[in-house]
Amino acid sequence: MIRLIPGDTVQLLLGTETSQEQIDTLRRVFGLDRPLYEQFMDWFRRLVRGDFGTSLRTSRPVLPDIIARFGVTVQLTVASMVVALLVAVPLGVAAAVNRGRIADAISRVTALVGLSIPNFWLGTILILFVSLVLGWLPPIGFISLLENPWLGAQTLLLPSIALGTALAAFVMRMVRSTLLEVLRQDYIRTARAKGLREHTVLYTHALKNAFIPVLTVIGVQIGHLLGGAVIIEEVFSLPGIGRFLLNGIYQRDYPVIQGGVLFVAMVFSIINLMVDMLYAWFDPRIRY
Amino acid sequence: MPGSTPESATDVSRSVGDRAGGGRAHMAARFAWFWRRFRRNHIGMAGAIIVVACVVTSLVASAIAPYPPDEVHSRARLAAPRAEFPLGTDELGRDILSRIIFGSRISLQVGVISVSLALLLGSALGLVAGFFGGATDNALMRVMDVLFAFPAILLAIGIMAMLGPSITNAMIAIGIVYAPSFARLARASVLSLKEMEFVEAARALGLSDLRVIARHIAPNLMAPVIVQTTFNLSTAILTEASLSFLGLGTPPPAPSWGSMLSTSRRYVELSAWPAIFPGLAIMIVVLGFNLLGDGLRDVLDPRLRAGD
Repeated sequence: MIRLIPGDTVQLLLGTETSQEQIDTLRRVFGLDRPLYEQFMDWFRRLVRGDFGTSLRTSRPVLPDIIARFGVTVQLTVASMVVALLVAVPLGVAAAVNRGRIADAISRVTALVGLSIPNFWLGTILILFVSLVLGWLPPIGFISLLENPWLGAQTLLLPSIALGTALAAFVMRMVRSTLLEVLRQDYIRTARAKGLREHTVLYTHALKNAFIPVLTVIGVQIGHLLGGAVIIEEVFSLPGIGRFLLNGIYQRDYPVIQGGVLFVAMVFSIINLMVDMLYAWFDPRIRY
Repeated sequence: MPGSTPESATDVSRSVGDRAGGGRAHMAARFAWFWRRFRRNHIGMAGAIIVVACVVTSLVASAIAPYPPDEVHSRARLAAPRAEFPLGTDELGRDILSRIIFGSRISLQVGVISVSLALLLGSALGLVAGFFGGATDNALMRVMDVLFAFPAILLAIGIMAMLGPSITNAMIAIGIVYAPSFARLARASVLSLKEMEFVEAARALGLSDLRVIARHIAPNLMAPVIVQTTFNLSTAILTEASLSFLGLGTPPPAPSWGSMLSTSRRYVELSAWPAIFPGLAIMIVVLGFNLLGDGLRDVLDPRLRAGD
C-alpha cells in the first residue's frame, strides 16, 4: 500500500544529475524493479524471521534503529501519562466532590479547553515562552532519562505537558463522572453509615472502584499518545520513532515506513491486551 | 476521544422518538422539546454561538477580511500587530488576520466534508452489520477493527503519505479514519433496537428490510449520531491542522491554519505573532464544537443527565 506513494526513492537518493543507467542499476540492487507482490512476499518472509529489512537511505538494518528510537517515544509517552494523571486525578475528585458548584463548572470548561488546544501549537507556545522568553529550560533536544535523570527530565518536561494536556482533560472528566456514579452506590452509604471519615470513604472505597473505567480510557488513550508523539517529537526535535517514521515518509524509505508502522501497530495491540488483563486484576469479577 | 458510549445509545433513541416516521407535526414538537431544554444549557449555547460565528465568518470571508489572503506587503514582513495589520504579518508580509479568516473556510470545509463521509460510510456499514448480523456483521466489523488498530493520527498520516498532500485527500483520509467510530455506534444501537416491539411489528407487517432500516431504525439513531458527529467535527478539524502542520495536509500557499503554524516555527525567534494567532483560531473553533457537543449530550442523553 505504501508503495503507492508518489515520488521515486532512487531518484531522490541520486539527485537529478544521473543517467538512466545508474538509476536502473540501483533499482535492481534494491529489488525495486520486481513486481510489488514479489517485493511484499519477500519482505514478509524475512519479517517472520525477525528481519525488518534495511533502510534504503542509510543502509542500516531498520529494526535496531526502531528499537533505539522507540525508547525515546516510550519515555515521552510515560512522562506525558504521569503528568496527565498527576493533574487529572485530583482535579477530577475535586470536581466530583463539589459537583454542581462553581468549582465543578470551572473544571468542566477547563477540561473542554484542554481538549481543544492543538498539541503541536501548545508545544510551540511552551518553547516560545518557557525556553526562549524566560530561558528556563532547554528548548529542543533530547537527553535520555536513563543517562542523566535530571537533565533528561528537563528536556522531557515541556513535550510531556504538550502531549499530556488533552489526556489530562479527558481523564479528569472520566474520573469525575465515574466517581459520581460510584458515590451513589449502596456500599458507599454503608461505609458512611459505619461512621468512616469522608476522606477514607472517598479515597479507599470510592476512588479505587472508580478506577476501572478510567483504566479503560487510559488504555485506549495510549494509542492516541503514541500517535500524538509523532507530532510532538517533530515539534521538539526528539529522536523518537515518530520522527523516524515521518522522515521515512518524506524520503520514501519504504522499509523504514513499513517497519515503523508495523512496529507501532504491534505495540498498540500488545498494550490493548495488557489493559484487558489488568481489568481482571482490578476487578476480580471479570474472568476471561 | 470524546463521544457517547454505545451502551447509552438506546436510551437516547427511546426518549427522543419512540416511533418511526411521525410526520411534520411530530418533528416540530420534538424540536420544540429539544430547544426548550437546549436553550437553558449554557455550555451548549456558548458552543452554538461560537460555531455559528465561525460559519458566518467563513461564508462572508471576502467581505470582512481586510486584504486578500495572498496579498504580499513586502515592506511589512513579520510585522507586529498594529492598526494596519491587526494580527501582524507573516514572513512574506501577508496579513495574518485575513489568512485566518480565509483559513476558516478550509478548516470547516475539511471538517464538514470528511465527517459527512465518515458518517455516511460508517453508519451505513454499521446499520447493515447490525441488522443482518452473522457473516456480514463479522466481515464488516473485522475490517473496522483493523482500521481501529492504528492510532487515528498515524492512520491519517499513512493514508496522506500514500495519496499525497492535497485538500481533497485530507478529506478522504480523515473520512476513512473516523468511519469506524460511526460504524460501531450505529451497530450497537441497531442490535438493541432490532429486538424492540415496534421493529418486530414492522417486520410482522411484511415490510422489506430496506424499509424497516430506513423508516423505523435509522430515525431512532439520530440522537447519538448527532452527538458523535459534533465531537468528530472537532477532532477532524484538529486532525486536518495536524496533518497540514506536518506538511501532509493542505499544501501552501492555501491559508490552512496548520500550515501557517508550521512555517511560522522557522521564524519564531524573529516574530512570535504568526505562531500564536492561527493556533488560537484552531482552539476557538474546536472548543466551539466541543462545547456544543457537550451541551447536546446533556440534552439528548437521559442516562448521563440522570448521572449529573
